[in-house]
Amino acid sequence: MANKILLEVVTPDKLLLSKEVDVVVATGVDGEFGVLHGHVPFLASLAIGEMRFKDGNDTDYAAIAGGFAEVTGEKVTILAEAAELAREIDIDRAQRARERAQQRVEKARAEELDYARAEAAMQRAMMRLKVAGRSGGMAA
Amino acid sequence: MAALRDIQNKIAAVKKTRQITRAMNMVAAARLRQVQERTERFRPYAAKFSEVLGSLSEGIDQEAHPLLAQPEQVSRVALILITADRGLCGSFNMNLILQAQKFMTQQKSEGREVAFYAVGRKGMEFFARRKVEFAQKLPGVMNVVDFDLATQVARLGLNAFLSGEVQEVYLLYSRFRSIVSQIPTVEKLLPISPEATGDEDESSQEYLTEPSAEEILVDLLPRYLNVRVYSGLLETSTSENAARMAAMDNATKNCKDLIQNLTLAFNKARQAAITTELMDIVGGAEALKAG
Repeated sequence: MANKILLEVVTPDKLLLSKEVDVVVATGVDGEFGVLHGHVPFLASLAIGEMRFKDGNDTDYAAIAGGFAEVTGEKVTILAEAAELAREIDIDRAQRARERAQQRVEKARAEELDYARAEAAMQRAMMRLKVAGRSGGMAA
Repeated sequence: MAALRDIQNKIAAVKKTRQITRAMNMVAAARLRQVQERTERFRPYAAKFSEVLGSLSEGIDQEAHPLLAQPEQVSRVALILITADRGLCGSFNMNLILQAQKFMTQQKSEGREVAFYAVGRKGMEFFARRKVEFAQKLPGVMNVVDFDLATQVARLGLNAFLSGEVQEVYLLYSRFRSIVSQIPTVEKLLPISPEATGDEDESSQEYLTEPSAEEILVDLLPRYLNVRVYSGLLETSTSENAARMAAMDNATKNCKDLIQNLTLAFNKARQAAITTELMDIVGGAEALKAG
C-alpha cells in the first residue's frame, strides 16, 4: 500500500476534516487535480466545486465553496470559506438555498445588480445539491 | 411609619434590580465563552491564510495588484466603525465612538472627506443623532457574528475602494486585550500594506502554482480582507461581552452596597419608631399615676 496523505479541510468556522487518505481530488479553477503522497509543493485556487477523497475502498465527497489548496508532500490543506461534507449536507436546506439563489439571479438579471454574486450563490447551491446526491446514493 | 414602608419598598426594588444585573452578568459570561470558542476555531484558518499569503507575496511585484497599489493622493477615506448593538456595557461603545470622532476630525483637518460605515446599532444611533451621513449602515447584526457578516462588511469596503470612491479604507474595532481591558483600534484595511502580507514565514516554501502566483493572489487578497474583518468583528464581540460582564458585575456589587445601607437605615428607623412608642406608653403611665 502506498503512503497516505493527510487531508485537512479548514474553514473559518472550524476544522472540518482531518484525515489520512490515499488520494485527494479537488476542483481547481483550471480543472480537477489529484494529489497523492509525495506531491511537490503546490498551491492552487479552488473553484466552487466538489472534492473527493479516497481511503481504501471508501470514497467520500465534500462541497467546497471556493478557496485554495496548499499541498506539501505529506499534507493537503484546503482553505475554504465554506465547505460541507456530503453526508452533512441538509438536502432540504440546500434545495431552499437553490430556490432563493434562483430568484436572486433573476432579480439581479432584471436590475443588472450584483449579478456575479447572485450567480455565485446559485453555483454554490447547485454544487451542494450535487455533492449531497453523491452521498445519498452511497449511504442509502 | 410611612418612612419605614418607603425604605422597605426601596429595598425590594433594589433586590429585583440586582437579580437582573446578575442574570445579565451570567448571560454575558456565557456569550463571551461562545465568542471565544468561535475565535479559537477561526485561528487555524487565519494562521494558515497568512502563512500562504506570506510565502506567495514574496517575489511578486507589489504594485501589480490594485488592492496593493498605494494611492498617490488621498481625498476621501472610508471608516468602518464596529460597535455593539446594545448598551449596558459600561463605556465600551462610547470609547469606540469617541475614537471614531477623533479619527474623523483628524481626517478632516487633513482635508480628506470621510465616508462613514456603521456596523452595530449603538454607533449608528449616536452618529444618526448628530446628523452624520452614512455611506452604509448595518444595525442589529452583532448578535450573531459569522463569516458571512464579515464577507458582507468587507465587500462594502472593497466596492468603495475599487470604484475609486475612496482611496483608503479603515476599520475601527475594539481589540480584546483582557477581560478588563479593551482598546479601540484603527486599522488600515485598504490598500493592503506589504508588511501586513509579508508575515514572517519560517520555511519560505517554494510552490508550484496553478494558475500563476499573480492570479492566485488576485483571488486571495479579497479573501484576506474577509479574514481581517472577521477577526475585527470577533474581537469586538468578545470585548463587548467582557465589558458587559464587568459592568454588570459592578452593578451587582453596587446593589449589594445599596441594600446594606438601606437595611441599616431601615433598622435605625424601626428602632426610632419603637423608642417613640415606648416613650408614649411610659409617658401615659406616668400621667395616670400622677393623676
